[in-house]
Amino acid sequence: MATSTTTVPNAGPTSGSRSFISRLKDGDEIARIITFLFAASVVLITVLIVMQLWHDSNLSREKYGWKFFVKQVWDPTNDDFGALTFVYGTLVTSGIGLLIAVPLGLGAAIFLAELAPQKISDTLQFFIDLLAAVPSVIYGLLGVFIVVPLMREYIQPALKGTLGFLPLFQGPPFGVGFLTAGIVLAIMVIPYIISVSREVLLSVPRDQREAALALGSTRWESTWKVVVPFARSGIMGSIFLALARALGETMAVTMVVGNTPTISASLLSPGYSIAAVIANDLPEASGVYLHALIELGLVLFAFTFILNGLARLLLVLTTQKGSGMGHV
Amino acid sequence: MKRLTGLLLVVLALGGFVLAQNALLINGAGASFPYPIYSKWFDEYHKSNASVQINYQSVGSGAGIKQATDGTVDFGASDGPMSDEQLKAYSDKHGSAILHFPTVLGAVVPTYNIPGVDATLKFTPEALAGIFLGKVTKWNDPLISGPNKGVNIPANEIVVVHRSDGSGTTYVFTDYLSKVSDEWKGKVNKGTTVTWPVGLGGKGNEGVTGLVKQTPNSIGYVELIYAAKNNVAFGSVKNAAGEFLKADLAGVSEAAAGAAKTMPDDFRVSITNAPGKKAYPISSFTWLLIPAKFSDMAKRDAMKSFLKWAITDGQKDTEELAYAKLPKEVVAKELKAIETIQ
Amino acid sequence: MNARLRWRKFVSNFMLTLTGICAAIAVSALFFILGYLVYHGGTSINWDFFTKLPAPVGEGGGGMANAIVGSAKLLLLASFIGIPIGFFGGIYMAEFSNSSIAFVVRFAADLLNGVPSIVIGIFAYTVAVLPFKHFSTWAGGLALGIMMIPITLRSTEEFLHSVPRALREGAMALGASKWKTIMSVVVPAAYRGIMTAILLALARVAGETAPLLFTALGNRFWSPGWNQPTASLPAMIYSYALSAFEDWHRQAWAAGLVLLALILIVNIFARVILARGTAVPRS
Repeated sequence: MATSTTTVPNAGPTSGSRSFISRLKDGDEIARIITFLFAASVVLITVLIVMQLWHDSNLSREKYGWKFFVKQVWDPTNDDFGALTFVYGTLVTSGIGLLIAVPLGLGAAIFLAELAPQKISDTLQFFIDLLAAVPSVIYGLLGVFIVVPLMREYIQPALKGTLGFLPLFQGPPFGVGFLTAGIVLAIMVIPYIISVSREVLLSVPRDQREAALALGSTRWESTWKVVVPFARSGIMGSIFLALARALGETMAVTMVVGNTPTISASLLSPGYSIAAVIANDLPEASGVYLHALIELGLVLFAFTFILNGLARLLLVLTTQKGSGMGHV
Repeated sequence: MKRLTGLLLVVLALGGFVLAQNALLINGAGASFPYPIYSKWFDEYHKSNASVQINYQSVGSGAGIKQATDGTVDFGASDGPMSDEQLKAYSDKHGSAILHFPTVLGAVVPTYNIPGVDATLKFTPEALAGIFLGKVTKWNDPLISGPNKGVNIPANEIVVVHRSDGSGTTYVFTDYLSKVSDEWKGKVNKGTTVTWPVGLGGKGNEGVTGLVKQTPNSIGYVELIYAAKNNVAFGSVKNAAGEFLKADLAGVSEAAAGAAKTMPDDFRVSITNAPGKKAYPISSFTWLLIPAKFSDMAKRDAMKSFLKWAITDGQKDTEELAYAKLPKEVVAKELKAIETIQ
Repeated sequence: MNARLRWRKFVSNFMLTLTGICAAIAVSALFFILGYLVYHGGTSINWDFFTKLPAPVGEGGGGMANAIVGSAKLLLLASFIGIPIGFFGGIYMAEFSNSSIAFVVRFAADLLNGVPSIVIGIFAYTVAVLPFKHFSTWAGGLALGIMMIPITLRSTEEFLHSVPRALREGAMALGASKWKTIMSVVVPAAYRGIMTAILLALARVAGETAPLLFTALGNRFWSPGWNQPTASLPAMIYSYALSAFEDWHRQAWAAGLVLLALILIVNIFARVILARGTAVPRS
């Protein structure tokens, strides 16, 4: 906040202009201290969480070291654990989710930002925001009773029938599996891609579009070749945000992924994700088992941390770029 | 703003008071195997003892053992008896022991869902071991079709379903398989959690039943009542005497008959693959895991009184829920053991 | 018009129609979800559902009264943690802090926001359940409250920032102290936006299941006070959906419908009525 230029003695946030006592009397110093404590508690809680996770995973970290990440075994009876299957499952299901959600989401965002009239764009965005509010257990519910049977009866057999020669579509149609989890995740993260991309696209200066159109491009060409690239970093940011959300998703995934620690090239195979195994196994784990699960939690935390950081960075970059001319 | 905070505080305080009844709330967690009868028992017991509420969560035997050991619940429940190491871990942590109390007898059945097959399939131990090892992959494999001449079994791929959580039901089933198949014993062995060679994971008996019911060509293993009450087919199993038996109360009681006479003092015993012409081979006791020493006297008295009721009057509920009653000798022994709870 | 131009125009119209289809798919998802829930769950919603306790396994009937109350209690607890920290912390960030402290706090809040809910559940389990040897409502409330903090903090800060300087300076020119200015002028001006954010944050954590799995556990009965496990709507949906009992499936749908309806109503209320004109925060 800029310092005020009035001559009123009590104005401005800088503390030099008033004596400590008078600030204390007016309650300002107390207010400052109290609100500072609240703000500091946020930092405290975050630090506590990281510390607790680190501390409670030490048995596993000491036992396996870095090998934890390349081991495929998960054996609670013999106390031998490795993260690879779960990292694989998390990445595959989220990857499938994004593969479906990004084109759909970007397409929808383009429609909302470029084509739809303001009122319709705002109304549809409102509905998209509501979609983002649907809790994950409800997605899980729909997944179990609608998506899984659909996959098992129609989609998976169809995929096997047509593309069954590919290693991507081997194995019996269970209904549950990597692909099913990916599809459910896609529906869950689409709203994030749409809302952020739409905002970013809307913030692209009009002259960019107009210049392209003036040079004779079609509507689509100006959108795809000029506007979207201009908003590229913001869109990337939205993708990272969506990915971070997908990676940490627990309930919907554990209800449709099959809960089987497997690494398989086939999308029809059942699998497991980090969040799902934590949810299923934590109540019965102790000792190294428990610490291995918490270490998995730490891994997930690290993933989402990095992705969120990248996303924010990109979003900042894009808004700075987009507001190049005449904005403060 | 101030008024809002004030209102919130009042509501909070009220909430604490209003909802804090005089009821004694006891928390337990564990096996899903006996969940149907436990939930009925606790409900019935509460009706006749309104001041006692026993909240039981079906989270699997593995979690039940762990939570009881951690002390986060007042008692546990498991159909896989605690191992010596687990018992030691408990007594190391608490300074006193944890006791096993058998409550009912149940059966684990192979439940399946094969489109077009309504008949009760006969399963040999070799067939079951082969299926769950992943070596028998099609339903019309000779190991399965052999004993089932006359049933038209399609050549579909078998979908195996097992437990994803730590389970006493798994313990009973793998205990049986370890006894009848050396290959199984060598490769997978028994436990509440094992490394399954193949199959999907379902959570709890409920989850496995649900998966089998919804997945064609699947086979799983669940406690009898889950298959029976949900109209999922289950097969008969060949017992040690060579007879194919479909799980029923008589078969389970027969399996327990021998063990009843030689019941060890801590009540931990396995009755799978029991001798006897009419003994159902995959039977098991299920236990409540009760601390030998309570710190809360009210809870101790409530649990003791509940236990006494459950193994005597409560046994009348067992038949309709497809569990078998405890043998008389076991009940007598238990009543004595209950008195040792401090 | 030559052939090439015709082709480009065709491509343009085709692609743009495609984007319209994408938007239609995305939006219709919401209505499909609502429709399915109403269809499957609508018939199971009756008076029993709201007033009765769960019945024993296998018997029909019973309801989710304790889960509804349980969820309400959890949200109450969550507000006690999430709202004060977020609100007062936001005031500090907007009115008092310098930029380096603000950076650290904002960074921590972002970090916290990105933590998957299951990891927060682990944290709450290790600090609020294990040491006390008790699953409890307040442990669940703690987990949910922590999840609310980043949302309320950022939103409070942003909305306070958006209050025009003139308002502040006017108050101070009249001799008001800083704190008085904040409480009687700035906050009321940003009130709507902040309330919106709080309501949205509450709606968000109301549906969270994962953190409750190892904190509030579950309860077949009423949960007295704050120190016992409690049933909650999301947890009931989860366990009923995975079971094999038809009756429980129906109840899961009904619970899903009730939960979603509540969440959507709060969202619509907050976005349409409360936040008229103000920019609504994204999660």
